[in-house]
Amino acid sequence: MTSELNGAAARLPALAAASGDEILRVQDLKVHFPLTKGIVIRRQVGTVQAVDGVSFALRRGDTLGLVGESGCGKSTTGLAVLRMLEPTAGRILFEGEDITAHDKERMRPIRRRMQMVYQDPYGSLNPRMKVRDIVGEPLEVHGLAGDPAVYRERVDRLIALVGLLPDMAERYPHEFSGGQRQRIGIARALALEPSLVICDEPVSALDVSIQAQVVNLFMELQERLGLTYIFIAHDLAVVRHISDRIAVMYLGRIVEIAHRDELYKRPLHPYTEALLAAIPVADPEVEARRPRAIVKGEVPSAVKPPSGCRFHPRCPKAMETCKTVDPPLADLGGGRAVACHLHPGPPVSV
Amino acid sequence: MPSPLLQVRNLTTRFNTERGRVVAVDRVSFDIGPGETMAIVGESGSGKSVTALSIMRLIPTPPGRIETGEVIFEGKDLLTLGDAGIRAIRGNKIAMIFQEPMSSLNPALTVGLQVAEPINLHRGSPWGKAMAMAKDLLGRVRIPDAASRLASYPHQYSGGMRQRVMIAMALACQPRLIIADEPTTALDVTVQAQILDLLKELTRETGSSLLLITHDLGLVARYADRVAVMYGGRIVEAASARELYKNPRHPYTLGLMASVPRLDGEAGRPLVPIDGQPPDLAQLPPGCAFSPRCRAATDPCRVSSPPLVDVGQQHLKACFNDVRA
Repeated sequence: MTSELNGAAARLPALAAASGDEILRVQDLKVHFPLTKGIVIRRQVGTVQAVDGVSFALRRGDTLGLVGESGCGKSTTGLAVLRMLEPTAGRILFEGEDITAHDKERMRPIRRRMQMVYQDPYGSLNPRMKVRDIVGEPLEVHGLAGDPAVYRERVDRLIALVGLLPDMAERYPHEFSGGQRQRIGIARALALEPSLVICDEPVSALDVSIQAQVVNLFMELQERLGLTYIFIAHDLAVVRHISDRIAVMYLGRIVEIAHRDELYKRPLHPYTEALLAAIPVADPEVEARRPRAIVKGEVPSAVKPPSGCRFHPRCPKAMETCKTVDPPLADLGGGRAVACHLHPGPPVSV
Repeated sequence: MPSPLLQVRNLTTRFNTERGRVVAVDRVSFDIGPGETMAIVGESGSGKSVTALSIMRLIPTPPGRIETGEVIFEGKDLLTLGDAGIRAIRGNKIAMIFQEPMSSLNPALTVGLQVAEPINLHRGSPWGKAMAMAKDLLGRVRIPDAASRLASYPHQYSGGMRQRVMIAMALACQPRLIIADEPTTALDVTVQAQILDLLKELTRETGSSLLLITHDLGLVARYADRVAVMYGGRIVEAASARELYKNPRHPYTLGLMASVPRLDGEAGRPLVPIDGQPPDLAQLPPGCAFSPRCRAATDPCRVSSPPLVDVGQQHLKACFNDVRA
């Protein structure tokens, strides 16, 4: 397993999405938010370093999972890639084009190629609009509605594509369950035939028995339409199931990125290890045998991240250097990169 | 088996809603043994939380009403106790921990005061002594620097620390039973593990029982001795945790297990979802509530509701058909 992976990709830099057609490259992305005080005289009292130097690349047709606990910057990264948040620094290359400094007008055609599916299927659909109009809205906004008959048929096809029944097009969001609403959100995201879909916690608001329906739909659509996904979630089991590669984030940084099986079988960063150990497996016999390495404390504030390695105050393996020296993301070969003093290597090329 | 600490018999709780009468908990029976951790697992609308609230007599009336049943605790039926009687039990012999610690704590009172209150109320300890005990309790739930944290307000605590405060409050009167309703759903996974490990360790130390209400099959596997699976207001299957996961016998339990990706499973293999939608309690089908989604359903399932029967080794299931993994 390991040797096979290493053999295929050993010579490739960790952040290149192995071989194939690269669709997205994010270089040293930073998104900082000013923290202000005062109503009349506003002054900046600090900076929230929500995303602080994130780099990755993504191959067409692949799924990159972004995992981490609240405040790690996974959603902010997704929004910045879509340019729905202004990057403070860094570069975003989409289909070979540097879109970091694109204005609204120049982002328009790009937005057709990258879309988003949101977490909350209740809050993200306009309750006064019929499903037909919700799904077709992106076509109208982008002036692609065209001939009414063709438009109608296109919307019908989208509704069928996500597994909804034809007569559901004339109904309103409140008539649908959470899982069905998420299907409506997916149909809307696919209306413009995007190549990249950023999914931000798309199943975490759904009941357990419904999650599998939606996860299967995502995988089926990827196969049929050749979609590329960034799948953002805190549920590592779901992310591992759907992703090819997984990036683990902690306080605005990627601390480890690897193939999903490598990451699960041989986690290298102590935070990845802690995250995996914390997630229970639905089998009492497996649970009784599993080692319990429970990490202490909680995620500190991104306003004042710890010195050195940001994980060091909680890390069971922390050494003296970890308190002062911030470990760079090191390329360990085999498409894997880790930011930890225990696993040194050449810095990744971004 | 020693005599149970809590016996729930035939509990039925209904609500009058705009859409008609809803039976949220339908003839539910189970026991919790001393020192035992029992889990009730189910999805939204399964009746798991209403079961917990009914035991504590916390159902808002109207619109809700406990219609039938008995909840026997230490020889007394909690459902027939007067207000003073149930108040003497609540927070004293039976304590409850809720999902959202922020909305369960009073933002205007210091944490120390809130932890000391049940000790003062139920044990009659003077405030000075109750505060000293509160300090010890905060230390036991591993709140660093407990003495100085007594004077802090809830908003000065992080989410995980607030849930520790809730545990300290629950432990204050050395309860025999702690009911924890989705206690870690609002928390990050590393903090979830800390909190539940702590809760488990403390119940082991004090010998109290734990009723864990959750939707997470992983948490049940890690922490529970026994499990009841609820669907549409009823218990559809119950067994020891090991037995239930090894040998699930109800199609809904089997469906749940096949639809959840496992961290140690084979990645990328298609999940087997349960078809259809969770039941609408206001419009339950006749017969078994799961029958419209069940691949094994036969004609009798659509007519009458299968009773919960013992299939051996205290493994109960409510299904007419012989379904196995």
